[in-house]
Amino acid sequence: MTVRARVPPAARAIQKGDRRVLARAISQVENGDPAVEPVVRALYSKTGRATVVGITGPLGVGKSSLINLLVAHLRDHGRSVAIVAVDPSSPFTGGSVLGDRIRFDRRADDQGVFFRSMASRGELGGVAARTRQVARLMDAAGFDIVLVETVGSGQVDLAIRDVASTSVVVLVPHLGDEVQTLKAGLFEIADVFCINKSDLPGSDLARKDLTELIALGATRSKWRPRVVQTSTTETSGIAELWSDVDAHEKFLDSSGQRAVDDRRRLSVEIVELVRERVGRELTDRLDRDPALRKVLDEVVARTVDPQDAAERLERGPRRGR
Amino acid sequence: MPRSSKSTPIRVLIAKPGLDGHDRGAKVVARALRDAGFEVIYAGLRQTPEEIVRAALEEDVDLIGLSILSGAHMALFPKVLALLKKEKAGKIPVFAGGIIPDEDARRLKKAGIRAIFGPGTTLEEIVTTAQRLARPAA
Repeated sequence: MTVRARVPPAARAIQKGDRRVLARAISQVENGDPAVEPVVRALYSKTGRATVVGITGPLGVGKSSLINLLVAHLRDHGRSVAIVAVDPSSPFTGGSVLGDRIRFDRRADDQGVFFRSMASRGELGGVAARTRQVARLMDAAGFDIVLVETVGSGQVDLAIRDVASTSVVVLVPHLGDEVQTLKAGLFEIADVFCINKSDLPGSDLARKDLTELIALGATRSKWRPRVVQTSTTETSGIAELWSDVDAHEKFLDSSGQRAVDDRRRLSVEIVELVRERVGRELTDRLDRDPALRKVLDEVVARTVDPQDAAERLERGPRRGR
Repeated sequence: MPRSSKSTPIRVLIAKPGLDGHDRGAKVVARALRDAGFEVIYAGLRQTPEEIVRAALEEDVDLIGLSILSGAHMALFPKVLALLKKEKAGKIPVFAGGIIPDEDARRLKKAGIRAIFGPGTTLEEIVTTAQRLARPAA
């Protein structure tokens, strides 16, 4: 069997630009449908070409409006763009309202854009893994740029770093003093700070505060985060925002940092995959293996401690099974 | 390709075709569907039929809900249905709500709109119908 013969038809269709197949594959990723696995795997070697940019920040700072203008800017420069906008699911009903499309206006016949809304559906780690797969599908579909929009609230944004090569953190004037910025946890992930709604007073002060914080802070690499002021009502700063993103991308290449980041991301991903698989296996074994169930009984009775039980589980009585 | 199973959330696009600016009804329905566990892609006001169909395909929705109060339903709804058919997506059920005279409602249903909700419809009725349309076997 040749390698080509093993490529699933859906993978080929996605590469050829079939948007329906892409949309369907994204749904399968969201649903954890194992049928999509061969597609994602077949396409992996075709990924890594798109620039994946994370756009994150608190609710209401104007991320969606900003993305709308950014997409228009990129389209004017002939770049194709796919967007995945992640919004939270209700922890109570599992439902969600995904409203990021409202801000999005563009010609219905523009084939250079693909917009997808995604609900976070449950636990945080899962969102990051699914978002990464969706971004890869979009990458393999040939989009020049993939924008990943998330609501910034701590851990989800950290996950963004594992998906995007450049992270933009969007803030607004009067969000709080610099201590808030330190607390917010957004500071560490930003390659570019975007102060949106800069038509409002206070934007210059916010810029000054951030710039000072950046000057004080130790950075992960030699990159010093940029600060850009934008306004979506006055449509200003959009080209500057993109040129800062571009500058970071160029830095990644010229400094060799991209390879470092990629290795880190992919090793994290591999470890996660193994952890998930081994975890499932062990949970299964703990359920079925009578010897291990007995160990669990002992832990419950406080005669064996969990650490000891974990070691026994790891060694695993495989004999005769 | 198998469609999503019963346990995965139903994805529904809620959109307002045409030019009227009253989206309170659409928002109330969006919220009710969310509370019933749907993933609601809210496309908002002043959508062209082309935009609606494109959004439905990109978002790979199970269901489309259209809201209209302007009176242009006889022009816009059949256009949405025709575009869906053209894209070989005629199987996505479309329901509608708004101010639609009975006579028009009959004709729209014949044209393929699966359910039409006028004033006075309970949210429960909308949710139940939406569930039935999206997952007929369920």
